[in-house]
Amino acid sequence: MNRILLGLTLATITACAAYAAGPDLGAVTQSATNWPAIGMFLFFVLLTLGITYKAAKGTKSAADFYAAGGGISAGTNALAIAGDYMSAASFLGISGLVYTSGFDGLIYSTGFLVGWPIVLFLIAERLRNLGKFTFADVASFRLDQTAIRIISAVGTLVVVAFYLIAQMVGAGKLIQLLFGLPYLYAVVIVGVLMIVYVAFGGMKATTWVQVIKACLLLGGATFMAGAVLFKYGFNPETLFAASVQVHPKGDAIMAPGGLVSNPVEAISLGVGLMFGTAGLPHILMRFFTVSDAQAARKSVFYATGLIGYFYILTFIIGFGGIALLMSDPSYFKLGAAGTFDKLKDMIGGTNMVAVNLANAVGGPYFLGFISAVAFATILAVVAGLTLAGASAVSHDLYAQVIARGRTTEKHEVNLSKISAVVIGIVAIYLGYVFENQNVAFMVGLAFSVAASCNFPVLAMSILWRGTTTWGALAGGLVGLISAVGMVVLSKAVWVVTFGNAAAIFPYDNPALFSMPLAFVTIWAVSSLDQSRKAQRERAAFEAQFVRSETGIGAVGAHAH
Amino acid sequence: MSGSTLGLRGGTARPSPRAAGAPVDPQIDRIVRTPEFKQLVAERTRFGLILTILMLVVYFGFIGLIAFDKSLLAVKVGGGTASLGLFMGVFVILFAFVLTGIYVARANTRFDALSDALKRSVGR
Repeated sequence: MNRILLGLTLATITACAAYAAGPDLGAVTQSATNWPAIGMFLFFVLLTLGITYKAAKGTKSAADFYAAGGGISAGTNALAIAGDYMSAASFLGISGLVYTSGFDGLIYSTGFLVGWPIVLFLIAERLRNLGKFTFADVASFRLDQTAIRIISAVGTLVVVAFYLIAQMVGAGKLIQLLFGLPYLYAVVIVGVLMIVYVAFGGMKATTWVQVIKACLLLGGATFMAGAVLFKYGFNPETLFAASVQVHPKGDAIMAPGGLVSNPVEAISLGVGLMFGTAGLPHILMRFFTVSDAQAARKSVFYATGLIGYFYILTFIIGFGGIALLMSDPSYFKLGAAGTFDKLKDMIGGTNMVAVNLANAVGGPYFLGFISAVAFATILAVVAGLTLAGASAVSHDLYAQVIARGRTTEKHEVNLSKISAVVIGIVAIYLGYVFENQNVAFMVGLAFSVAASCNFPVLAMSILWRGTTTWGALAGGLVGLISAVGMVVLSKAVWVVTFGNAAAIFPYDNPALFSMPLAFVTIWAVSSLDQSRKAQRERAAFEAQFVRSETGIGAVGAHAH
Repeated sequence: MSGSTLGLRGGTARPSPRAAGAPVDPQIDRIVRTPEFKQLVAERTRFGLILTILMLVVYFGFIGLIAFDKSLLAVKVGGGTASLGLFMGVFVILFAFVLTGIYVARANTRFDALSDALKRSVGR
């Protein structure tokens, strides 16, 4: 894989050298137009469009569209899962956080990673054994189709919407900085490309775009971290010592700082990150693209390794930024007397640490490469989100709730494609509207909703015999409303966005409260529910249980 | 946390759900009664539960230290610059990976063998 990657990189670099020598337009908007980066990004786009064309020809049935025909191997799926997870936010955001606060960056890295073992031990294999295309298929296995599909689809769409807005706004800002293109251009480019990937290529194209991006990102980050370590004789201790010397906070960066100010906040953040992972619809969907439970299990194992490796790289990159960039004024906006604040004045903001470091260790072409990879990363992640959203609309809301199962496969897939187009257009619009809003809390909110609505409904319907439709519906709603409500009343929205004086809900992360609330509601309402329907649903647990534990009777996504 | 323990609790807390009169597939009923199925579910449930608890303890132990004892995490290791917290953070990441590896190794051998035995015994 690495050799292919290297070849690809070299080919791109040579292709772009000629391009870069072309006329310099000299137009400076946010930053000068970065031709090498644009050239490499165009190469990525052409490659992925080629893949989409090929995938489109092989995408005929619903199983092809939603689940890539169940023909994705464990290794490929692991790369795709890791790709979904390694968003631009985690690459640029965490390395930026390490740059400003050192150790605190590790709190996010560990939190994002530890959800994976939980997914493996409790969810992954059972999901594959029970499901078909969406996690609502699993949650509604023995419960009322209409009610459970609606709550699952709403949970999916809320998570997708917040995640998507954060990614779109991030994409616009990033591309303004990296490529020197206007904000709106960037948002439209991202929106149009994601529509093309999803509407034409379905899950196959979405998976392969994600796989290519994952390889590029892992390759680029490996090179950067390697170059940083090389400068310090492959001795992290030397790197840390050099970092402590130049960082304004000095030795404090090696210890927990101000990121987590109080214990409840720390634990609530951890709960949200850990269990949110097990409720992200675009990730859960990937378990239906492999042939069986064994492959699902292996993909989580490999993905955990890849993601863990990636987070260790971002940590090294963040420290590399401290050691190599902080004493070099050329990476900062200088004040009147040539002075600068090492933490605040970095060109493009502290989220650009990884990008600036690329220039420091690899020169302008490597900078172009990393910029293009950052753009590709956003593109691949939004494509996965769009597919999850479109599937919730067509497979759950339309086919099962509105048409009540009386629809053809072809019709359903067509509706999914139309949904992808609509979601894309809405995303472009929202990206435009939210340009100057604070969207930093939105990824956190997406994780909180996933942990408080999707995860409890899914886990309880699979694992607890007593769960009834009313219980799952009530619990899912309580989780959804409380998670969103608590975030709206917290500082990030209530004070920063709405301009009120003080926050009503004292914490930034609601999951510690909203997730248990959802579980307790499911338990309480289910226990009180003694209707005949509830009795039937409990009786139907046995068949679901056998299939979830053994896979006997499970549908292969390719068999139909 | 898997189905069997929670499921049993649900089953014993109220009269047998089968009394509701829902038709039960005799094939399903037969599988549930086989010793292979009972063993598979019991072993996997216990194993998954133990690993889940280990992960929760390690991760929330780390978070708990960040929340309650920042100074312990600032302690230097071996007189260098790297702190104890840094090693613990990296340990949590490695631990998560190793734990998934242990589960997969066990599932690939023991659980798959039990599952195959079950499928043979119910004639599939």
